[in-house]
Amino acid sequence: MSVKEVDNIKMDSTEGFMEDPRYKQCNKEARYGVILGLLNLVWWYVFGYGLGDKPVEGYTYILGFPSWFFFSCVLGAIVFIGLTFFMVDKLFKHMPLDKFTEEEAKEYLKSIEGKEA
Amino acid sequence: MGNLNLSVLIPIIVYFSLMYIIGIYAAKILSKVAKSKGDGSQYMEEYMTGGRDTGGFVLAMTLVATYLSAGSFIGGPGTAYTIGLAWVFLAMSQMPTGYYTVSVLGKKFAIISRKVNCNTITDFLRARYRSNAVVILASLSIIFFITAAMAAQWIGAARLLQGSTGLDYKVALFFFGITVVVHTAIGGYRGVVLNDTLQGIVMTISTVALFAMVLVKGGGITNIIQNMKAIDPGMISPMGVDPGFTSKAWVTSYWVLVGFAVIGLPSVAQRAMSYKDTKSLSSGIKYGTVVSIVLLLGMHLVGAFGSTLVSGIESGDLVVPTLAVSLFPDVLAGIMLAGPLAAVMSTVDSQLLVVVGAIVNDLYVNYIKPQVAEDAKRVSKLTIGTTIVMGIVTFLLAIDPPELMVWLNLFATAGQISTFLWPTILGLYWKKANKEGAIASMIVGMVSYVIFNYNYPRPLGMHAIVASLILSLIAFVVVSKFTKEPSKDIIETFWGI
Repeated sequence: MSVKEVDNIKMDSTEGFMEDPRYKQCNKEARYGVILGLLNLVWWYVFGYGLGDKPVEGYTYILGFPSWFFFSCVLGAIVFIGLTFFMVDKLFKHMPLDKFTEEEAKEYLKSIEGKEA
Repeated sequence: MGNLNLSVLIPIIVYFSLMYIIGIYAAKILSKVAKSKGDGSQYMEEYMTGGRDTGGFVLAMTLVATYLSAGSFIGGPGTAYTIGLAWVFLAMSQMPTGYYTVSVLGKKFAIISRKVNCNTITDFLRARYRSNAVVILASLSIIFFITAAMAAQWIGAARLLQGSTGLDYKVALFFFGITVVVHTAIGGYRGVVLNDTLQGIVMTISTVALFAMVLVKGGGITNIIQNMKAIDPGMISPMGVDPGFTSKAWVTSYWVLVGFAVIGLPSVAQRAMSYKDTKSLSSGIKYGTVVSIVLLLGMHLVGAFGSTLVSGIESGDLVVPTLAVSLFPDVLAGIMLAGPLAAVMSTVDSQLLVVVGAIVNDLYVNYIKPQVAEDAKRVSKLTIGTTIVMGIVTFLLAIDPPELMVWLNLFATAGQISTFLWPTILGLYWKKANKEGAIASMIVGMVSYVIFNYNYPRPLGMHAIVASLILSLIAFVVVSKFTKEPSKDIIETFWGI
């Protein structure tokens, strides 16, 4: 984030106050959570019904499980645990949680600006 | 009922004693706070949120243990026993719950709850909407629905104890109830989350052990699956043994009830405002996801696989206890049964705390005697007293459930969700959300859910919660658009620094 953008945050707020600088990242993280949740639902549904909604006689088996169950619930669990770790470790950022004073807010903005530069 | 099974009972007694010890430990920290700070609000914060000091592992365990209740540990595996893998599949749709809930409420919720100093989800709603109607609707929803749900869970736990140890039902109920009430009353939130951690560990051990035992006795996965197929091919199909019951739309829509909408449960949201820092949050999400998936998959597979080992168990609720007792020697069976008991106890202690919060923090201090808040000693007497009274009420409800309680319990989860989900999420992320919208969505959600259930239980083939959440969202947005925006002051408090 450039210095100009930092100024923009202040100017942008039409309400006439400075928006908490942490919220931008917070909103991003909430969005990641929603996206991962939806992907998870799609994976679960597509493998579960895609491979499972047919006569049982035609099933193939992996590790003893019917393949629909293996892909949807067993492999799905492993994949999404992996993705959760990735999301939390790589996409989530640490930040203080206490109420900011104006100085702390500015300092926080500077610190993320430093990291992204 | 004369023949007590001591070798099952003793491990359970030992386990219950541990709960008391943890309660006493937490009570010591609480009394330190009560003595060092004369202010009642400080005490309330410590009692309801543990001083916002919850670390990652504890956060994960308490989250998982709170939302995995008797349903996932007794009822769910019981249904999987009759329906097969389709029910395991349904349960696994809640895979995201471990990361989803806390990510969406997120750090913003934690930051705001520190800014406006809220101890309960109702505090949050009060600060956001500044409306007595919202606070009262929220508190009443908590008091009625959660009390009914608690009583139902106590009944389940007492039956489990009765069935496995031979204790008389009332004795079992008393034994269970007093353990919950004492550790919650004296320990507050800190006592509850520390106990949840122990319970989470017990649940994990018992799940893994039961699963391993079922695998060994059943002769491996391949063998078990083929035996299930021989009982009924539907047992290994996602369509289930009765495709009309486990239809695609209905099974998928369960995701909304047990996954997406869990954010709306006050006992879960409570946890999202009490963690210590973002490091705790990160590890909380990671551990929580792993543990919840292992428990869900493990326990439901135990139920489904169990159908090939012990046949003809009549009541779904007896599947897990029967398997535990018939597969393990007595002493170990007692330890195994501590798992489901832990699942129940860790849910009801959190619920009890939320109800007490609603009565003392949200109603009494706000509307009846605001001056109490100044005095830590009186707040502490009041909270402990209320916890004990609510414990007695729940006990009486569980001995002889009145019709109203049975009815309320039927709507308990959906009732809490329709009261809290949209007002919380939109209050957090939508600046235009106002009190009129919140009230409209609470009423529309609740009323429409009841109407759907009586007249049209599967609208569009889905669980009724989906339609009523959509209607209540529409009500929220439309009403907010046509009424006055929230005051500048509220926006600045929530969005400013």
